[in-house]
Amino acid sequence: MSVTASVFVALVLVASALGFTAARRNGGDLRALNEWALGGRRFGTILSWFLLGGDLYTAYTFIALPALVYGVGALGFFAVPYATIAYPIVFLLLARFWSIAHERGYMTAGDFVRGRYRSRSLELAIAATGVLAALPYIALQIVGMKAVLAQLGGIFAIGGGAMPLAVAFTLLAAYTYIGGLRAPATIAVFKDILIYLTIAAAIVVIPHALGGWHAIFTAADRALASPLHPFPLLVAPQMQFAYATLALGSAFSLFLYPHAITSLLSARSADVVRRNAALLPLYSILLGIIALLGFAALAAGIHAPPNEIVPILFARFFPPWFAGLADATIVIGALVPASIMALGAANLFLRNVVSPLSGRAPSRDAGSTKWLTLAFCALSLILVLFMNVKFAIYFQLLGGAWVLQTAPAIFFGLGERSLPARALLAGWLAGMIAATSFALVDGFSPNIALHVGSWTLVGFIAIYAVAINLGVALVAAALLRVRSPQGEIA
Amino acid sequence: MARRAWYWLLALPFIALLDVPLYDRIDPRWNGIPFFYWYQLAWVVLTAALLGIVYLATRERAR
Repeated sequence: MSVTASVFVALVLVASALGFTAARRNGGDLRALNEWALGGRRFGTILSWFLLGGDLYTAYTFIALPALVYGVGALGFFAVPYATIAYPIVFLLLARFWSIAHERGYMTAGDFVRGRYRSRSLELAIAATGVLAALPYIALQIVGMKAVLAQLGGIFAIGGGAMPLAVAFTLLAAYTYIGGLRAPATIAVFKDILIYLTIAAAIVVIPHALGGWHAIFTAADRALASPLHPFPLLVAPQMQFAYATLALGSAFSLFLYPHAITSLLSARSADVVRRNAALLPLYSILLGIIALLGFAALAAGIHAPPNEIVPILFARFFPPWFAGLADATIVIGALVPASIMALGAANLFLRNVVSPLSGRAPSRDAGSTKWLTLAFCALSLILVLFMNVKFAIYFQLLGGAWVLQTAPAIFFGLGERSLPARALLAGWLAGMIAATSFALVDGFSPNIALHVGSWTLVGFIAIYAVAINLGVALVAAALLRVRSPQGEIA
Repeated sequence: MARRAWYWLLALPFIALLDVPLYDRIDPRWNGIPFFYWYQLAWVVLTAALLGIVYLATRERAR
């Protein structure tokens, strides 16, 4: 095995070992769902920071974001404002969500909706949306791993990396099964040390080797410019609204995903959540630097599938052992969120999809959730190994637009007065249909052009769909009030 | 200052980052990095600072 591959395998094994030992630390009876799935809700500021960082800033982000910038230029940078304005939202809204969930013992968004609106159909709608959005997200983590394996070559790339992916996912499923949320939380600490190390080295070495940032941007500008897009380092005027709506829509949907809610609710207090809102932007700086690596790849004259440019950059500018470290960082960076996503989706599915359909109360026991987590891991692996990667990407994009349709029920529910469940359900349905048809009509482009007279506004489909969602919900609420003046919900 | 007043500080990142024409330009550069990029990265730091300030200012009364 080459030096790169040896370092890579060693580090992935260390991370897995950490995952397996996590169960023994921190006490708690792991047979209880609250302990297994939420770490007993005892994570302090620092562990929460690592966990949320490992959960939200995934390997796919680190592969796909530079790939996007490499492909389209400035528009791909929208992830930076997105990952910035998400935090005032966490501070103001999600800290309150934590408090309500803690007080009432809610473990998922579905629990919150059931408790807040006393409507099992709304609970079912919100939970099913979350599960559907989570599955392609797990699949994309595997896509990120595949990009690294392809670059490593040799035995790692045989059959599109099917064998090593299956090994990695078996390890992932096993330690998640044993340790629950504690496993990814422990690995996240290790992973983040590697990430900060890798990025610190990249930001010093790569610009230096390419003659500085000015030279990088000039070369990237030349490589990307086309008659259709003469200024690729800037967002074209007709795309500025799309840029803003992509950032805003993504920021609001980030914490509606089941894996984000799982990590959020494992925090010890609302204060831990607020403190993390101020500390997590540190990862967004990394995110911005990583995005700029897309321009560095252009300047370095790399011609490759966009998803492979980051591993190629590291292989080109660093000694083999460090390239192995960077590759391991990406793969471990995929294993952490994949574990939390499978766990969060399984918990949501059993508590808020199966339970309302079967009419039985959700179990306090971790047993069935553990098995379903394994099943979700396997399902995502199959999705990636046997289906087109494009399908996973489209499905994930659609999932992002879908998950934002749960925003009105959750965020209005934080206040003293909300809309009636039936109105929110009507809005959700309208929003889901709108999001799906926008995506289908425009060949799964994230943006769609809205024509008002001679005026055209290109914007993020999720934002247009949620506007329809809100409109329908408000009209339905008004109609319900006319019919029953007392109102159903105080 | 009342707690609610401090929260208004958190509107600043939204205004600064969602008004794209405000920063969609190349100059002035910083270290060779076009304005568009360093402006947004600077707002990551500023937002963290604002959140830190609001957290400290509202902490006591939140209890």
